Amino acid sequence: MEQEKISNSIAGQKTGEARLMKGNEALAEAAIRAGIDAYFGYPITPQSEVLEYFTNEMPKRHGVVLQAESEVAAINMIYGAAGAGGRVMTSSSSPGISLMQEGISYIASAQLPCLIVNVSRGGPGLGTIQPSQGDYFQAVKGGGHGDYHLAVLAPSSVQEMADFVFDAFRIAEKYRTPAMILADGALGQMMEKVVLPEEGSLPKTEKPWATTGKLDSRDRNIITSLFIEPERMEVINLGLQEKYKQMQSEVRFEEFALDDAEVALVAFGLSARICQKVVDLAREKGIKAGLLRPITLYPFPHDALSKLSEKVNFMLVVEMNAGQMVEDVTLAANGKCPVYFKGRMGGMIPSPEDVLKELESLVEKQSVSQD
Amino acid sequence: MEIALETTTAPTINGFELVYKKPSTLTDTPFHYCPGCGHSVVHRLLMEVIEEMGIQEQTVGVAPVGCSVFAYNYMDIDMQEAAHGRASAVATGVKRILPDKFVFSYQGDGDLAAIGTAETIHTVNRGENILMIFINNAIYGMTGGQMAPTTLLKQVTSTSPYGRNKEAMGYPLKITELLAQLPGAYYVSRQAVYNVNSVRKLKKSIEKSFAYQKLNKGTCFIEVVSNCPSGWKMTPVESNKWLEENMFPQYPLGDIKTPKE
Repeated sequence: MEQEKISNSIAGQKTGEARLMKGNEALAEAAIRAGIDAYFGYPITPQSEVLEYFTNEMPKRHGVVLQAESEVAAINMIYGAAGAGGRVMTSSSSPGISLMQEGISYIASAQLPCLIVNVSRGGPGLGTIQPSQGDYFQAVKGGGHGDYHLAVLAPSSVQEMADFVFDAFRIAEKYRTPAMILADGALGQMMEKVVLPEEGSLPKTEKPWATTGKLDSRDRNIITSLFIEPERMEVINLGLQEKYKQMQSEVRFEEFALDDAEVALVAFGLSARICQKVVDLAREKGIKAGLLRPITLYPFPHDALSKLSEKVNFMLVVEMNAGQMVEDVTLAANGKCPVYFKGRMGGMIPSPEDVLKELESLVEKQSVSQD
Repeated sequence: MEIALETTTAPTINGFELVYKKPSTLTDTPFHYCPGCGHSVVHRLLMEVIEEMGIQEQTVGVAPVGCSVFAYNYMDIDMQEAAHGRASAVATGVKRILPDKFVFSYQGDGDLAAIGTAETIHTVNRGENILMIFINNAIYGMTGGQMAPTTLLKQVTSTSPYGRNKEAMGYPLKITELLAQLPGAYYVSRQAVYNVNSVRKLKKSIEKSFAYQKLNKGTCFIEVVSNCPSGWKMTPVESNKWLEENMFPQYPLGDIKTPKE
């Protein structure tokens, strides 16, 4: 099988031994190693281990951990702490992330770097505690009110649960933007081998805008998202949009067996793990399938998918939702090839066999129409 | 025998002796508050105390959503503007990152005692070492005079046009007494700014609160029973009279909880 190709390299030095860890724990340990100053959170399944890990480790090591009275309070503590210059993060799962949306919109507008982790579960509503990718739209289209985006990274292994903490903080601090790791309950709960990034390998960044007390040598620093004059608010918006344009250089994706592929699967996170297996199974049956896995969901690998759509007969997007990323893939393909969708919802995970069956029937349909 | 008289070198302005001036910790931006409103007096007192204590470089304030949403335009210190009701959570975040700085939140009744009740109670219950200033004028001033959690029974507002009735709208919330019950509250006081005497007392309370904050003993909470001439549809003078006759019986002034020395 062809080697995997990953665009853009991963931040964080790694020299340690491999450990067997849960995704949630690897994430938390990586955050401590990334030198976070504070974590604010509220328990919710399936990510409570993150808060538990911090409450265990922080008193022995460094940093603040605070169990807030709600996700609403937690995200506003993040606002205050990030505004005061701290490297800070919170985590939750889908319903809790919904509660945070107001605060996230304020954080995006006030341009505060921070990390928000969504170990998502099936919805809508209270839903289920089983894994889901139903929060794709919420994560990549903004989520709260107003025109903004988060930088969104989608891990598909426990290793990436750890690595992406470093990447997320690097991007967040470079662009003064909130970053999100969009995982799911399975990635949070499953145990895998992980080599953790080295402690202290993420340099601290200067934050001259932070509210640390007004020195005589400078004007006062104000952290706000209120710009009451529309002329000023438009300028702020133009600045945000310019920043999102610059963030396009952070696009990351992974190609798997695409060099000679005639049909392409497109999937992120856990679905991409399943689709790797589908590619193997399809090739055993003589179908030249490959996989493109978006790693950054925002910025989205639009150009890579656009190019791919010129090369393959069709693309099949596989998600654990009713079809969300498929809309962005369809936009990228822009009619250059058909884009199909296969998904499960409500906490159900598609099996490789199910996806293979869908792929086979699409290949068959296509050959019939070509005859 | 000659007596050496002490010569005064008081600064003068246009030939007159200067006895009262704007603290250096206030910016030159004119207050936007309505004539007679208590906000500007409270802003000034806060900044006087910060100037006199020499803690401008060590203070971070948090403004709310409400009439004082632009507090940071007037206070020449580092400040953050919080979402509606979340000022004490934001202040918690600031204080946890900067435990050696003085941190205060400044909130109105809708902000602190309605939408932000959970954050208010839990901030005090954790005993966050911050000062919370709570302006109670029994109305939503900025949005145009709607009923607040602290609106008095029978008080007419734009959303209680026939007067607040307890059956449908509940009772005026005495959140300050409620908070004083919490072990995390170190100093809880209710003050006002309707006359010279009350202004002096409030300033003392603010001074004490910043001094207490250094001790890391818990939350200091000051309610300021204030007025809203525009929202109450009164002249400033009428509003002060109404304050005395109606507000103070419901919200009596004075210390509610003082540290046990």
